[in-house]
Amino acid sequence: MIEKLKDFIVVTGHYGCGKTNFTINLALDFVKAGRKVTVVDMDLINPYFRTSDFKGILEEKGVEVITPVFGATNLDIPSLPASMYGIFEKKDVVIIDVGGDDAGSMVLGRFKPQFDKVDYDMLYVINRFRSMSTDLDEAVEVLGEIEAVSGLKPRYLVNNSHMMAETNQAIYEEGKQFAGMISEKTGLPVLCHTIDREFYDTGIVVPDVNDNIYPLEIYVKTVWQKNKIVRI
Amino acid sequence: MSEKVLMKGNEALGEAAIQAGCRHFFGYPITPQTELSAYLSKKMPKVGGTFLQAESEIAAINMVLGAAGSGVRAMTSSSSPGISLKSEGVSYIAGSDVPAVIINVQRGGPGLGSIQPSQADYWQATKALGHGDFQLLVFAPSTVQEMADFVALAFDTAEKYRMPAMILSDGMLGQMMEPVVFPDATEVHEGDKSWAASGHKNQRKHNIVNSLYIEAKDLEEKVKERYERYEIVKANEQRSESYLTEDADIIIVAFGASSRVSRSAVNAARAKGIKAGLFRPITLWPYPVDALEKTVGTAKKYLVVEMNMGQMVEDVKLAVNGRKPVEFFGRTGGIIPTPAEVLAQIEALV
Repeated sequence: MIEKLKDFIVVTGHYGCGKTNFTINLALDFVKAGRKVTVVDMDLINPYFRTSDFKGILEEKGVEVITPVFGATNLDIPSLPASMYGIFEKKDVVIIDVGGDDAGSMVLGRFKPQFDKVDYDMLYVINRFRSMSTDLDEAVEVLGEIEAVSGLKPRYLVNNSHMMAETNQAIYEEGKQFAGMISEKTGLPVLCHTIDREFYDTGIVVPDVNDNIYPLEIYVKTVWQKNKIVRI
Repeated sequence: MSEKVLMKGNEALGEAAIQAGCRHFFGYPITPQTELSAYLSKKMPKVGGTFLQAESEIAAINMVLGAAGSGVRAMTSSSSPGISLKSEGVSYIAGSDVPAVIINVQRGGPGLGSIQPSQADYWQATKALGHGDFQLLVFAPSTVQEMADFVALAFDTAEKYRMPAMILSDGMLGQMMEPVVFPDATEVHEGDKSWAASGHKNQRKHNIVNSLYIEAKDLEEKVKERYERYEIVKANEQRSESYLTEDADIIIVAFGASSRVSRSAVNAARAKGIKAGLFRPITLWPYPVDALEKTVGTAKKYLVVEMNMGQMVEDVKLAVNGRKPVEFFGRTGGIIPTPAEVLAQIEALV
């Protein structure tokens, strides 16, 4: 899947749709492919469940992680480090994990002149079962708002539809259908359909052979879930 | 919205307020509670309700007093330091016998503290959210589904006894996402509102919503009447959940997010052959002493697990009354204990 993507990737979507977990998977897959990866946590709107929390895992694998000043600390002050301007000079893979909705994507706007000079792929992550983006109109509306504030053009949809531990075949199929509808409406191709690797490996979800699937490791979870499944 | 969706706890609280018939929300932003306000700012106008971002927490709680005093369902939400600011207003609400719902998505303290999850407002919620003789109902959800379910329950119970109710959440429950389903129509048990200052229209004597009593004896009489009501609440409204406690040697007592960690630890202990169980208070006031009492005969030891320095320990000790040892394990300052840490504590007690 990563071979389809350009070297400069912007991950956007509705608040809580799974951008951070997708970003970590993507980064580690690029590493496996021998690439030098920089992950940028550009989430300035929420101090919980964010890429900065996974700095350790990423850095251990050789990923450079750039976070907002005070990211993952007790100061939720939305300030960007000077090093964030340096990402546009990088030679290899850069993945930007953006905050949710238009509020989270607004920060992209200040980098518009820099984005105009790089060849990027902007991804729009969707989850059919995430509150406030569960119908076609809501999902398309959020995308429109993100485009408007960021000034960037989306390239692919990432179908990250799931119901956490309650995901099953029917949930998968409904998510796939939903992604197809958004794709038709927006003209954006679906880059991939994600599946929790555990559900994929155990056959709880069996995709069609033609589905372009992307099994995901789940990194973003609560303390009590972390104890149950240790896969890092 | 009867279909199952993924929601953050804060969003579920917001949606649940709408489902419970609340059309008046007054708040002021603070991490880690803000998604609740953000959700209601988008949704309230769509259902003809009022979302108002006040100039301060103090203003917001007094707007709740005003709105609720007219008999409508009114709610406010904040996080620890903001709740402290609201304490004067909460006292006035209690002193006026007005039902209202206050949500606290706790963060680390004291002072400005941290923005990470905490349960360090246990004492504030159960013993002293304001000056004067009064109590408030305190509900402690432990899942996003309970965040949704307890809002209507809080309103119903608050109206039944004409007193303020709090949902004591924390940053983890507020920010984490889980599947949640709302009923097609939330069952609402609206209380008697004949006391409300809703306009007498020359049809009845005017109602007064007030917490000031000129004569000391009148105030004493009023407070005593209120405490008689609290006894009825204590008798009728205790809620708790017992998990594997029947044969347990070691019973963990934990609420909210720390009960989720504790449940994992209990499962891990059972897998190792240790008879552990979990007693989870759902109402922190009234404290579920009756259900806890039932475990005292069989349990050998109690272990209180909290995200604070042991504020609930004294309530457990009061219920156990010296008959069994009560130990404590906690993390504070915004740290969540891990199941492995709690398991180690259980093993040390065997």
